[in-house]
Amino acid sequence: MSIIVFVEDWNNQFKKASFEAVSYAKSWAELAGTTVTAVTSSGAADPAALAAYGADRVLTTTLAATPFGMAQQLATITEGSAGMVIAGTSLGRSIAPALAALSGGALSTNTTGTPSSVSPVTVERGAFSSKGIETIELIGGLPMVSFVPNSVGIQERAGEGLVENLDATGTDLLSITEQSIASGKVALPEAEVVVSAGRGLKGPENWTMIEELAAILGAATACSKPVSDIGWRPHSEHVGQTGIQVNPNLYIAIGISGAIQHLAGVSASKTIVVVNTDAEAPFFKAADYGIVGDAFEVVPQLVNAMRAFKAGQ
Amino acid sequence: MNLLVCISHVPDTTAKINFDAAGTALDATGVQFVINPYDEFSLTKALHLKEAHGGSITVINVGGPETEPTLRKALAIGADQAIRINATPTDAITVAKELKNHIAANAYDLILCGQESIDYNGQQVPAMLAALLNLPFVNACVDLTIDGSAATATGEIDGGHSTYAGALPMVIGGKKGLVEEKDLRIPNMRGIMTARSKPLQVLEATENDAATRAAKFVKPAAKSAVKLVDSVDELVHLLHNEAKAI
Repeated sequence: MSIIVFVEDWNNQFKKASFEAVSYAKSWAELAGTTVTAVTSSGAADPAALAAYGADRVLTTTLAATPFGMAQQLATITEGSAGMVIAGTSLGRSIAPALAALSGGALSTNTTGTPSSVSPVTVERGAFSSKGIETIELIGGLPMVSFVPNSVGIQERAGEGLVENLDATGTDLLSITEQSIASGKVALPEAEVVVSAGRGLKGPENWTMIEELAAILGAATACSKPVSDIGWRPHSEHVGQTGIQVNPNLYIAIGISGAIQHLAGVSASKTIVVVNTDAEAPFFKAADYGIVGDAFEVVPQLVNAMRAFKAGQ
Repeated sequence: MNLLVCISHVPDTTAKINFDAAGTALDATGVQFVINPYDEFSLTKALHLKEAHGGSITVINVGGPETEPTLRKALAIGADQAIRINATPTDAITVAKELKNHIAANAYDLILCGQESIDYNGQQVPAMLAALLNLPFVNACVDLTIDGSAATATGEIDGGHSTYAGALPMVIGGKKGLVEEKDLRIPNMRGIMTARSKPLQVLEATENDAATRAAKFVKPAAKSAVKLVDSVDELVHLLHNEAKAI
């Protein structure tokens, strides 16, 4: 009756959210008085490394190519287990509901905390585009949690880390014809720091300073909805209610007024900095720190100040 | 093509969200409800596909009578008929099973959903539905091409895109990019008039086995007032020493 955790890899390397997933499973397992069993790709470079975050067993298997195939494989493994944890990455968000449907699971997605109880399993999750926090009880079937990356953090706690290989069958209903990941860029949903800009930048040619600031901070770049709608920036950078929801440690918003739809996508950020010429911009009400000023003056200064700070560390 | 678009009836994007006194449900007083924004992209994509390939568009919702104006709006935008499965579902698996029962008994070529609804933000129903029907599924879909009975669909993945090929029928979790924001249609007067006479069928629910229970809803704690600073050096100092964010 172990807690099963799916551990995602990309190009055979574990992601940050993968270690967070094992940490999550360990917190749950401690509360339930049980062990953690991690499931990962047999191609993963160092499955034993998961022991440092609490994995007692690590099952490696040749994973199917698509989320549905992986969900089928996991359904054969979760049978009889005490619970299931999947990081809410793009892959996890496709696998978890499919697995819940296949295995009769009770699933909480968009989860922001570890279980407060295990009878029944009770967790908090974001609802109404971060305008509400729901306490949800997983009552009917295998309790399953998909959590928001960067919401619970990574903790190092030793597990036994026994690695075994396992055959699990899954059928892909689709073939992948092309896959592209922008290299050298921080993926927005996983970013710890996000530098975001809006119409206040007046044109796409002015993003150089935003990208420069992001590079210094190791941040992902993002933008407001109007900016992605007029094509200054790609849709994949649009943060907000109908775009991507982020919860970095630091969100820096430059020249974004802070429409309610934008705030819905960023309000889970731990620290928010707003730079805007308009002191009345609604974003200041949601911010921790603000500078009332022109982006074209403030951002180059901030680039220099951050560069100096990083150089001094 | 026989197209099905699943529609969620959700509070307007700009709605102030409050919960009832017991804190167990949304307080809908004064809240405007709309077609879920993600579903609008899927509905518009269905209109484009119908224009290109012919066929019929059915919109479907699992909900009570209060959701019918939202279905009528989808009819006014251009869907041909609507179905409401009469239920007040409390979780995603219940909705997915109701939809599955209808879809399994009817021949749809393509089932278009929005990636998620902006009320409960579960992002669960489309993938559950596909799994229950054993149909291919593409989430966060930003591009879809149909060629006969074959489909090519591109979904966003963290930091990039993945393109899939498969056979219809297929389930899609759509978002902006599937069509552009400027392509979204709003009902015109003629659409609103004809929507009144389009069929809206009510089917009785058959599923009643929720797997999860909402025990409580609260609003996030209010943020303390913003600290306005005059210089970037002060900001860097505060971010490092006070917020510990850098």
